[in-house]
Amino acid sequence: MSSRLSQRIAFALLFLATLVVVLPVVVILAIIVAKGASAISWEFLFTMPRDGMSAGGILPAILGTLYLVLGAVLFAVPLGVAAAVYLVEYSGDNRFSRLVKLAIVNLAGVPSVVYGLFGLGIFVIFFRFGASILSGALTLGIMILPVIITSAREALESVPRHFRTVSLSLGASRWQTIRHSVLPHALPGILTGMILGLGRAAGETAPILFTVAAFYLPRLPQSVFDQTMALPYHLYVISTQVPGVPENVRYGTALVLLALVLLLNLAAIILRSRFRARKKW
Amino acid sequence: MVTRAAKFSIQGLHVHYGSLCALRDLNLEIAAHELFTVIGPANSGKSTFLNSLNRLIDLEAHSRVSGGIRLDGIDIRAGLEVEALRRKVGIVFALPLPLPISIYENVVYGLRMQGVRDAKALDAAVERSLRESYLWEEVKDRLRTPAMNLSGGQQQRLCMARILAGQPDVLLFDEPTSGLDPISTARIEETLLVLKEKYTIVLVTNNVAQAARVGDRTAFFLMGEMVEVSATSTMFTTPADSRTSDYITGKFG
Ligand SMILES: Nc1ncnc2c1ncn2[C@@H]1O[C@H](COP(=O)(O)OP(=O)(O)OP(=O)(O)O)[C@@H](O)[C@H]1O
Ligand SMILES: [Mg+2]
Repeated sequence: MSSRLSQRIAFALLFLATLVVVLPVVVILAIIVAKGASAISWEFLFTMPRDGMSAGGILPAILGTLYLVLGAVLFAVPLGVAAAVYLVEYSGDNRFSRLVKLAIVNLAGVPSVVYGLFGLGIFVIFFRFGASILSGALTLGIMILPVIITSAREALESVPRHFRTVSLSLGASRWQTIRHSVLPHALPGILTGMILGLGRAAGETAPILFTVAAFYLPRLPQSVFDQTMALPYHLYVISTQVPGVPENVRYGTALVLLALVLLLNLAAIILRSRFRARKKW
Repeated sequence: MVTRAAKFSIQGLHVHYGSLCALRDLNLEIAAHELFTVIGPANSGKSTFLNSLNRLIDLEAHSRVSGGIRLDGIDIRAGLEVEALRRKVGIVFALPLPLPISIYENVVYGLRMQGVRDAKALDAAVERSLRESYLWEEVKDRLRTPAMNLSGGQQQRLCMARILAGQPDVLLFDEPTSGLDPISTARIEETLLVLKEKYTIVLVTNNVAQAARVGDRTAFFLMGEMVEVSATSTMFTTPADSRTSDYITGKFG
């Protein structure tokens, strides 16, 4: 076979592979938009559900998901970044830190329903938070901790070593060095981890199933100890548990969930690129 | 030589990296306001020596230091906080290493870490130290621009200003001109000669001629040992040790 021919075949195969990857995304989006767009209206986005969820809006589910995601991120980002700083900047490479790193890798592989059971046992029952936004957000937070810690670690490790040496040589303490010469430059990477975590927290059903999600609760939560509806669970409910929900309402809900995740990601990406623009070395 | 108070006095200094002995039984006094130069081939322990003086050596994972170093009679381990030591003993590295922030922020970094907040004091320190390193005229109109945009020679003078801002006693230079062109090198050397009026300077250089041009005294290091130390003019005219003369006449290294 001539080298030109084999090159052509290789390119064709690579292109096909790319197509196979992209196609499902495009098809899913197209179907959801085509079937769901007609449901989107002010009423759908900003009012309570009516008539056994077959009419009205999905406001409580939208807000519920927003609260849960923000709560999870508020809990997981500071904790995860602190852990990563400890692992990278303080602990060095000893048996304990290797054990912690191993635990984090394994934590990332735990199925989400197991996190749900864990949240039920710890937050709902043991800490007596009940089925509440607090329990759900903490459960989701723990679920996204591994990805936050891992990307924060990578971000910290990619900050050039000489930033630390220079800062210390100018009389800064170790903490000042981390605070002023390491963390600011790791921020874009930390935000990347946050974006990944956001998307996962918004879309998962299993972790919120036992810890917060309400089947049908047509009012807005008043505090973090209230239950709430949430988009992924609501979608599951109207698709499989309640008969007679119009198709465009179901796909409209999916569309809103998708848009919400994309919007949150977009916000984080804009934030990240603003930090990147300042980074020069 | 006129007897002056010793700035640094070093007794029985040994430095190991793991099992490798990088500096062996060093005994040395460095006088206040002298420009002390250190020469020697690669891996002879010159950087190890400099980094011992401000305890940057502690950052190396496997380093072990024994023996004593006194600064103005005070033991640098027992008698001083490491942050205070490093403010008194500033260092300029071989590569210009500005932090990826503005020129202004580079200069005031150490002061900010010390807790200086007063904008007037910071402004004054920036002008004073940039003038001292002969960079002021070139950058006074763009203090808020990224330090990375400066040329290599300018960056190196910024690194000098950065340690001068903290009003140190001693300036350490580790081959500060090894990455620079001859004109930038000459400017740095001129600056060194002015700065020694105010500071004690230890200059490590891989350029023997540079040591001869600017040094008051010179030490020759070889494989972790200080072979010889004497007035620079003596060392370059009548070295006591044959290894020294071999090195400065370019027979090895
Ligand atoms: N962090 C370290 N870990 C292990 N060994 C080291 C470390 N730093 C230096 N060494 C070793 O210690 C010895 C002295 O190194 P040092 O950097 O002090 O030499 P130098 O005279 O500054 O050399 P150069 O002219 O190349 O800068 C060398 O053999 C070097 O390989
Ligand atoms: Mg060196």
